Amino acid sequence: MQRESSTGPVSDPAPVGEADRVSKSFGETRALVDVSLEVRPGECHGLVGRNGAGKSTLVSLLTGLSRPDSGSIRLAGQPAPGLADRGAWLERAACVYQRSMVVPPLTVAENVFLNRPTSGNSSTVNWRAMRVHAHELMLEWGFDVDVDQEAARLTVEQRQVVEIARALSIGARLLILDEPTASLEKAAVERLFERVKRLREGGVGVLYISHHLEEIYEICDRVSVLRDGELVLSGRVRDVAQEHLVAAMIGAAPPRRATEIEAVRKTGVLGDTRLQVEHLSVPSRAGSVVDVSLSVRGGECVGLVGLEGSGSSTVADAIVGLVKARSGTVAINGKPPSPGRVDAAFKRGAGYVPQDRHARGFAPQLGVAENLTLAVFDRFARRLGSVSFGQRDTIAKGLVEKLQIVAQSLAQPVSSLSGGNQQKVVVGRALAPDPSVLVAVNPTVGVDVASKEALLDALGGARDHGVAVLLVSDDFEDLRICTRLIVMVRGKIAAQFDRPPWDRQRLISAVEGLDVAV
Amino acid sequence: MAESTVERPQATARPMARRGFRVLVLNFFRELTLVPVIIVLMIAGAIVNPVFFTSSNLINVAEGGSALGMVVVAETLILLTGKFDISLQGTFGLAALLGAWLIAPKASEGLGVEFNPWVGLLVVVLVGLVVGTFNGLLVIKANFNAFIFTLAMSILLTGLQLGWLGGQTVYALPQVFIYIGSESWVGIPVSVWITVATFAAAALFLRYHRVGRAMYAIGGNLEAARAAGIQVDRIRIGVFMTASVLAAVGGLMQAGRVTAVTAGQGSNLIFGVFAAAVIGGVSLDGGRGRMIGALTGVILLSLVTNILTLSNISSTWIDAVDGAIILIALGLAKLIGTERA
Repeated sequence: MQRESSTGPVSDPAPVGEADRVSKSFGETRALVDVSLEVRPGECHGLVGRNGAGKSTLVSLLTGLSRPDSGSIRLAGQPAPGLADRGAWLERAACVYQRSMVVPPLTVAENVFLNRPTSGNSSTVNWRAMRVHAHELMLEWGFDVDVDQEAARLTVEQRQVVEIARALSIGARLLILDEPTASLEKAAVERLFERVKRLREGGVGVLYISHHLEEIYEICDRVSVLRDGELVLSGRVRDVAQEHLVAAMIGAAPPRRATEIEAVRKTGVLGDTRLQVEHLSVPSRAGSVVDVSLSVRGGECVGLVGLEGSGSSTVADAIVGLVKARSGTVAINGKPPSPGRVDAAFKRGAGYVPQDRHARGFAPQLGVAENLTLAVFDRFARRLGSVSFGQRDTIAKGLVEKLQIVAQSLAQPVSSLSGGNQQKVVVGRALAPDPSVLVAVNPTVGVDVASKEALLDALGGARDHGVAVLLVSDDFEDLRICTRLIVMVRGKIAAQFDRPPWDRQRLISAVEGLDVAV
Repeated sequence: MAESTVERPQATARPMARRGFRVLVLNFFRELTLVPVIIVLMIAGAIVNPVFFTSSNLINVAEGGSALGMVVVAETLILLTGKFDISLQGTFGLAALLGAWLIAPKASEGLGVEFNPWVGLLVVVLVGLVVGTFNGLLVIKANFNAFIFTLAMSILLTGLQLGWLGGQTVYALPQVFIYIGSESWVGIPVSVWITVATFAAAALFLRYHRVGRAMYAIGGNLEAARAAGIQVDRIRIGVFMTASVLAAVGGLMQAGRVTAVTAGQGSNLIFGVFAAAVIGGVSLDGGRGRMIGALTGVILLSLVTNILTLSNISSTWIDAVDGAIILIALGLAKLIGTERA
């Protein structure tokens, strides 16, 4: 491989970031084996792979958080600086992680200039210069964020912008975006793509990590696939068929096609109405709900589809009593639980898979078994409340098998599991009490393809056993287990789809708030 | 699909500068939510006892609050970086005691060698440095839980202070040693000047120095601060050291004011310190709060103590009333301000 110096001609510029046959092991685990990958200026390079394929390890090598056991990293044509020289790394490469690296109490301008001189080399802070520079930077890259705002008030999308702006202003020309669309709504994703385009025009090389293959096809020039620490595929996006990409990620098993929304055949007879929501109105910052009525019968899976902020997840929160409704009623199995009381909803037979698994989904330091059975203590509690661990583990084992949870032992802390397995624990916990109504909000967000299959199979299985499932999601792939869809736009029900298969085009139009004749 | 709403550069630099100014003014007032409470207290004070509004009483309030104020500055610095230090009260007592012991005559419970008083002052600062370094290293580097570790340190330091002299009081201290706690410049006690200057210096440092801003970043999001290349450990240990030295100087003020060091100096001080910082808007989670707010917290607590003393409330009830008023102030601060307490 020949290489130009960093000041080489524009026609063949040095890659902004390059891994040359890098390997990295953690103890017994070989996280990366002989992986080579380069990101050229002005290029968007997609990196895909299931959870645990080695993507994070590669990112940590490219951003100087760890050192390869063998092989080398080059940035902008130069050998990588030493690990201790954080400043030098930040000037060359930056990663915008899923976990926000913004400091909430500081202003946007301060976040952009975090730990950097604001004028000259002085260690005093020149507030005026800092704000003006931050503002200019935002204008230069076409970002629209008020630099005087406190970062705590920013949306997820704006925080991402702040992190990108910070990286660019330090001088980084290798920008790694780690699952940037995971918590963005559709319109924000479009804006992100515009931004990525602009970055590429500015000569930035983007390494784009995503589970959403359609995104890779939309904005990436090249794509590389990691599987079990090895680079199994690398090439121009337009030369790689989607089937091949999925096959490379998964390995042997034939993949389901991701673009098509396969729908279930309607299963037999439906049961009684288990969940009844009438004229529900909820004010909420996460998306208000205006006069929503819906019902779900046993054996039915109703998909509640809407963008972030459309109120779809607020409906779910109101059903289980996490937020209080202003008006309207919720009835679970015919009776209303006292509003605002989560435990009451659970007692009436509701199970809940919350949206934010890190905040509400599990107790990270507790073991797998303990998390799975949090909601069913009374089932294995003996007299006086002492706990039968044997019984607990039996219940947990059943769930582990059902959901194919990969853990070293039932006692392994959930925090040390991969994202997909964490989500399986959350779903397993909701299923443990055998709920008659199951409310799940984005249950497959941010998990790999195989975990997604397992999760959807589990939810579909619950439906087949007569559970009334309300699935809140804007991931169209989730919707294939649904028997009916309700689309929400700006707090109201905008459309209903009663019969699978779903027409993808019309569904997207409805979700985006365009008129559809139903 | 809807029209893409890609941002277009519209705003120019000038309206932004104005908006920035407004934000600044707004922030400033948000820090002063305790001012109405303080005004109400002053009116109450005037009603309770006409002596309240005499200059000698108000100076007395300021003097009484100055030692507390030093420790509040210290604790606020640590709280901003997301840690605690309960042992500041131990340092407040022990540093002053060791300094005094070295220079006081045998007759007044000193060592008897009667070192130069400047040695005593140096020892006060040194004790602060040593304790702060020790706390900082073990909490930050060895990753001990700050709460329980500094609680243990506090018990240890207070115990040393009590045991060292068998519960006696060191008195008859040389003028140099008690200067900052007993002298006045232009009618205002030196300790008040020093405390106000310390508040001002700390406020300016936090706002206009890179390390000051880095402290907010550390308390606001430790991982982000680390990723930005901020030397988070060095700064946090430095903050522990600075805070302990400030607490030691506070102890020196207290000693000068009563011209002695008692075996109980500093006991229970820390609760008032936390109360003042928190009602002043300093977050216990780190990253939020400002010196001006902490200062209003100190003023409020000092006024409460003074008014209770001036009123005819039986002294055994003072603590209960004190606690109730702190609770009310907390409630008010939460009502008026945003994200407090």
